[in-house]
Amino acid sequence: MRKNPRILFWLIIALTIFAVLIDIPSVNGLSVGPIKQKINFDINNALRIAGINGQIAFRRGLDIEGGTSMTFRADMAGIPQGQRADALKSAKDTIERRINLFGVSEPIVQTSTLTTGESRIIVELPGVSDLNQARNIVGTTAQLSFWEEGATGSAKIASSSALPLGIAQVLKNPVKTNLTGNDIQQTSVTFDTNTGKPQVQLTFTADGTQKFADITKRNVNKIVAIVLDNVVVEAPNVQQAILSGSAVITGNFTTDTANQLSTELNAGALPVSLTLLQSQVVGPTLGLASLEKSLLAGILGLVIIIVFMSILYGRLGVLASFALFLYTLFVLAIFKLSSLTPYGITLTLSGIAGFILSIGMAVDANILIFERMKEEKRLGKPTQAAIEIGFSRAWTSIRDSNVSTLITSAVLYRFGTGAVRGFALVLAIGVLVSMFSAIIVTRTFLRVIYK
Amino acid sequence: MDIIGKKYFYFLISLIVIIPGLISLFLFGLNLSIDFTGGTLITVSVPKQATQKDANSVSSLLEKEGLKVSSTQTSNNLVMVRTETMDQKQDSKFVSDLFSVKGAKQEEFQSIGPTIGAETTTNAAAAVALASIFIVLYITWSFRKIPKPASSLRFGICAVIALIHDVLVVVGLFAIFGHFFGVEVDSLFVTALLTIIGFSVHDTIVVFDRIRENLKRVSGLSFEQVVNESILQTLDRSLNTSLTVVLVLFALLLFGGDSIRWFVVALLIGVISGTYSSIFNASPLLVLWQELSEKIKRDKNK
Repeated sequence: MRKNPRILFWLIIALTIFAVLIDIPSVNGLSVGPIKQKINFDINNALRIAGINGQIAFRRGLDIEGGTSMTFRADMAGIPQGQRADALKSAKDTIERRINLFGVSEPIVQTSTLTTGESRIIVELPGVSDLNQARNIVGTTAQLSFWEEGATGSAKIASSSALPLGIAQVLKNPVKTNLTGNDIQQTSVTFDTNTGKPQVQLTFTADGTQKFADITKRNVNKIVAIVLDNVVVEAPNVQQAILSGSAVITGNFTTDTANQLSTELNAGALPVSLTLLQSQVVGPTLGLASLEKSLLAGILGLVIIIVFMSILYGRLGVLASFALFLYTLFVLAIFKLSSLTPYGITLTLSGIAGFILSIGMAVDANILIFERMKEEKRLGKPTQAAIEIGFSRAWTSIRDSNVSTLITSAVLYRFGTGAVRGFALVLAIGVLVSMFSAIIVTRTFLRVIYK
Repeated sequence: MDIIGKKYFYFLISLIVIIPGLISLFLFGLNLSIDFTGGTLITVSVPKQATQKDANSVSSLLEKEGLKVSSTQTSNNLVMVRTETMDQKQDSKFVSDLFSVKGAKQEEFQSIGPTIGAETTTNAAAAVALASIFIVLYITWSFRKIPKPASSLRFGICAVIALIHDVLVVVGLFAIFGHFFGVEVDSLFVTALLTIIGFSVHDTIVVFDRIRENLKRVSGLSFEQVVNESILQTLDRSLNTSLTVVLVLFALLLFGGDSIRWFVVALLIGVISGTYSSIFNASPLLVLWQELSEKIKRDKNK
């Protein structure tokens, strides 16, 4: 490597081009002056061709995007120890499903269990700035009900808005039965012994068994609709009266959809009551104003550093500024690419502050190296030797100081929540990338120039 | 320049900054935000520059509902009101009442239950303690090959004393700010403290690294001389780095907006203190320790 900095040089150039492609925002139908052609650019199209599905985008935190965040305590007191994890997952799935019904884009629903055994559900709803509305989407426990065909013309037809979504398509005169989610003991996914197709198995409680037997008795060859939170999830045809207290829902399931329905029914069966511990609502205008301010401060910070470094170290400073510019491109590309992974980085105001701070710290490695080079040159060493010695001597202090910052960010990540975590993650990524940019990038450039 | 020779003078300067802060900390304590105490923070925007009158009418709406308002603050066109924990019903009542104040709109509502508040406090304390312990361990390990008479554990401990110095400076000053200017300490402040810890150690290590290198290379100089020489050799770097970071923080302070203003101030104080402590406290302490242990040895031999 030392003999041929060119390979490394071109590698850095390639990485830079890649980072730029990732970083630039999607362009749609931009027309450029004399060229009368429209330019379309979307990195996601390129990714799709490369076989990567998913959208890459900067994920903005609620403090920037505006929205609601809520932390709930899930009350597990009434649920046996062994079923608690399932119950929590069911509750999470229920909340997710409700949010989806509501049409909130990019919601985040997370569960966490504290060392004390307390379970929490954290919900973030970008764009929703009405706490009541948000609270209602999430708040109540899942409601499962079974509907049957009522006698024609006997009951007055209720106003359609009060009826579950989609019931009109399956039942002419829908009537709610007395069987509810509380009557289900357990659900599971099984496979049909004949066809091998997945199906959802329901087991009722003793009470539920009786109710279910009555319903199926009077509805043979008719449809009974299963309604969850006012939406028809399934409308199976009853083939015979079921007295055993267990039922299967055969439908056109894949294993995934069967699992989903089973979880949803479980959500109705295992109601977890939620207590709101913490909530935050940020209006969209406030967030945007903060973002603009932070970006301005960031750009200004970068310019200040570039000017400062160029004055202090002349040509070397310009080079370091260039490396710093690449550093910014790399970090932004990592932020954007992270949205493809489950560990997507959300940009919050404190995260942006962490990033801007890390730009300042990134320069430190270069300052360390350059000061060392100055010293070596003062001792009469030729430039090229001074470069090499500068880098190798500065390395131990760069390593040790950066490791200590990484330790701090790891501790922050472990103990922090929300904004603090975002800051820690950004700081850690910043430190790692800065070591790469300050050492490898700057050194390669210097070697190419002073060859 | 003889920094080691004047070490007591530099220690004195540190004490002059730290002691008023500590007194203020014991007398008034920190002005804790709802992140620690639990409670509700409401931000309301008004069409023009917010006045005390706006703040009063907003808080009277809340008091009408039987909520205790503990503080109000205005900034540009925003009014921030802090109350005891309120629920969504009380908030929606408040939002509908808000129409009586002309053009006012709720921009932000943040409510934190007391459980979360207590948790944040414990986590913050644990994080600072844990980070310090890990850093001592890392330095002790990283400096394990240091030649006699120095000991690597001493390097670790001195770095942490410098770190505690910086934490005390920032916490003390914020106790003063909190009492006299109503500045609140929130979870972002804890983040700032931990960043300062990282930065302080970062700075100290650069000097220590040079001491380590010089101890190996240079012979014939006393420990004191080696330390002094090392501080001088790294002085340019220390000042330049701090200056860059300080400049960036100034940009954030002036243009970064209100929500992170005090966060940036904490960082700014911490970075300046961190640079000072790594030059004037950490390394001189090493020398002081060395002198003391030699003196004890001599006394024993007598």
